[in-house]
Amino acid sequence: MIPVLFYVAAAIAVGAAILAMTRSNAAHALIFLIVSLLGIAVLFFLLGAPFAAALQVVVYAGAIMVLFVFVIMMLNLGGNSQEKEHDLLSFEYWLVPGVMAGILLGELVIAINQTTNPLVSDPVLPKAVALSLFGPYMLGVELASMLLLAGLVGAYHLGRDFLVRNRERSS
Amino acid sequence: MMPEATVPMEHALIVAALLFGIGLFGLMLRRNIIFMLMALEVMLNGAALAFIAAAAHWGNPDGQVMFLFILSIAAAEVSVGLGLVLQMRRQIRSLDMNDASQLRG
Repeated sequence: MIPVLFYVAAAIAVGAAILAMTRSNAAHALIFLIVSLLGIAVLFFLLGAPFAAALQVVVYAGAIMVLFVFVIMMLNLGGNSQEKEHDLLSFEYWLVPGVMAGILLGELVIAINQTTNPLVSDPVLPKAVALSLFGPYMLGVELASMLLLAGLVGAYHLGRDFLVRNRERSS
Repeated sequence: MMPEATVPMEHALIVAALLFGIGLFGLMLRRNIIFMLMALEVMLNGAALAFIAAAAHWGNPDGQVMFLFILSIAAAEVSVGLGLVLQMRRQIRSLDMNDASQLRG
């Protein structure tokens, strides 16, 4: 049973990624990208990494994709708003991602109901990951925190509009 | 040998390679910078899936540690990249990478 779940989730992840790369509308591509990330999260769960699966959903499909949604809505890439509302109402745009996400949800329910995970003999538990992360990889954690701080400062710097004002003053 | 209900690690690695290839083709195919950032996300996910599959195969936590690092790198990359998108929109009023050629590259 579990191998079937794996291959279905893998097909959805790959198919949604292909669909995301070939859409012309950025908002539609983003929906397919989120479905692909959710499919990869199910793959992580089936591969015996439930903590990584939860992080994939919360951080990747949640936080990082929300940044994309903000920028796409801010730049108004999805056509003008009236057409966009019309798109939302016509079901051809959400039918395929909705069915894909529904299949993934069903898979997750089935996989959680299995008492044991037959796909991997000894799944790596979050405790082992934490012991490794804050043991031998302590330096990497510090470097990642500095990278996130640099990303925060860089995004704040780039997000201001002073560059445009400097250019107008010089021209 | 495990019971018959298993998926060989190679299949997970094939899925990871497929995702990476799709991201690479998307990166080369599209010229809109938003789509290029999305393609980078797909490529990072392919790499993460390879790490998780290897960690599951050898029962080693290092792969999941690498996934956490990939996650933080992706967060930093997307925040800076989308800041650049906003600046690009303000300065050259376009999201096409071919219009951003002030350096004559």
